[in-house]
Amino acid sequence: MAKVLVVTSGKGGVGKTTSTAALGAALAQSGQSVVVVDFDVGLRNLDLVMGAERRVVFDLINVVQGVAKLPQALIRDKRLENLWLLPASQTRDKDALTDEGVGRVIGELRSRFDWILCDSPAGIERGATLAMRYADEAVIVTNPEVSSVRDSDRIIGMLDSKTVRAERGERVEKHVLITRYDPARAARGEMLNIDDILEILATPLLGIIPESQDVLKASNVGTPVTLNDADSAPARAYVDASRRLMGEQVAMVVPVERRGFMNRLLGRRAA
Amino acid sequence: MDVRADTTRQLVRLRGRSYVAFVFSPVVPIVEWLAEIDATLARSPGYFVGKPIVLDLSAVDLSSAAIAHLLGSLGERNIRVLGIEGVEEERLAANMPPLLTGGRACVITRSEPAQKSEPEKPKPTSLLLDTPVRSGQSIVFMEGDVTVLGSVGSGAEIVAGGSIHVYGTLRGRAMAGVNGNSNARIYCQKIEAELLAIDGYYQTAEEIDDSLRNRPAQAWLEGDTMKITPLN
Repeated sequence: MAKVLVVTSGKGGVGKTTSTAALGAALAQSGQSVVVVDFDVGLRNLDLVMGAERRVVFDLINVVQGVAKLPQALIRDKRLENLWLLPASQTRDKDALTDEGVGRVIGELRSRFDWILCDSPAGIERGATLAMRYADEAVIVTNPEVSSVRDSDRIIGMLDSKTVRAERGERVEKHVLITRYDPARAARGEMLNIDDILEILATPLLGIIPESQDVLKASNVGTPVTLNDADSAPARAYVDASRRLMGEQVAMVVPVERRGFMNRLLGRRAA
Repeated sequence: MDVRADTTRQLVRLRGRSYVAFVFSPVVPIVEWLAEIDATLARSPGYFVGKPIVLDLSAVDLSSAAIAHLLGSLGERNIRVLGIEGVEEERLAANMPPLLTGGRACVITRSEPAQKSEPEKPKPTSLLLDTPVRSGQSIVFMEGDVTVLGSVGSGAEIVAGGSIHVYGTLRGRAMAGVNGNSNARIYCQKIEAELLAIDGYYQTAEEIDDSLRNRPAQAWLEGDTMKITPLN
């Protein structure tokens, strides 16, 4: 059974595109056939993070409008043969998306792939609502700070009202993915702690991705975090999250501050 | 010359009209069939009273005398037969109900005595929500109390004609007693509300004392002052 999963957040810049690419690659590495779909029409980024920006010919809008067929728009990843990308248009905007068109494309994707990951744009307008409309599951990406948590709460409310599943009386299965978690700042009390976030959002936790420079490095070279350096902390956290998505029970690892040996020796400044 | 009112001949009009009748189809042995009727009458006497009954004799082969006997038996049970079908005309004597033809099956609509119309269901005076109220959601229930089994998110609002009960953390706005009910109260397990209002008198988060935070609390109106006190 194909699963449509939307990666959404409400707030911008929290790590939706990064997470979509990382989770998509992790799922594909475990053998699933995956397509990642960029719904951010006009401000597309998924193609950059996947390293496919030079191979885009047709995009989601072309397929929705019937200008191109779906196989013409799908771009296969060079590193994983069962990972595909359906990019968004950069020249158009979200008004070009229609409910029936998106429904039709999602339906066609369901017959070809095990996992359809929809990278939602920020906000609560048409692009975001259409990205979540046909979803079976949702990953709500949240930074451990107050405005992100409130926006995530808003998006969770919309997942329970504006999706086809909600209208039919069924539930969209929701997971919270905490990203950019900085253990040092959390220890100092500068960031919301995990329990507070989960208490406010009342949604199960999928994973905790630590703040790391590896993320920026990976997107600069156009590779999902999980493929670029599989040993980095964020990569391992994303792989754990992808295993939980597939139903495995994986123990949750809360990132701790990693200070090198010399840092610990010379960490304190002399008065 | 006599002036005589010429009696104009009354025209006798014959019109066609169809009625629905109940059909009895006797089967042999007739005695047992009559016993069945008796059993029905024992259960609900007068069941056939006033109902037009047609006798369908196609399943039995009765002589004229037998038909007369049957009619007599039914008459004893107060069953009035208005017509007979399924038999040759010769067997029906002149004093018997007429022969009917062309009967069509149809649905009998039971005419029960008019039931007492169901008492109007009383409208609900309290609303129960068993999921958390998310940011941006607005719950409006003018008819009475609102109970939330969960938290109310920051940026959400609850507007109630009665009281508001939150079995969780109240982080949004709660406006109770909006219909002028100054006895309404607001209860929550943890008070982090942005705004509380009862019957129009409101208090923002700024004015809520810090000592009340993170504890079960209730808010009520005393005159025109809102009082917020811990619940334990």
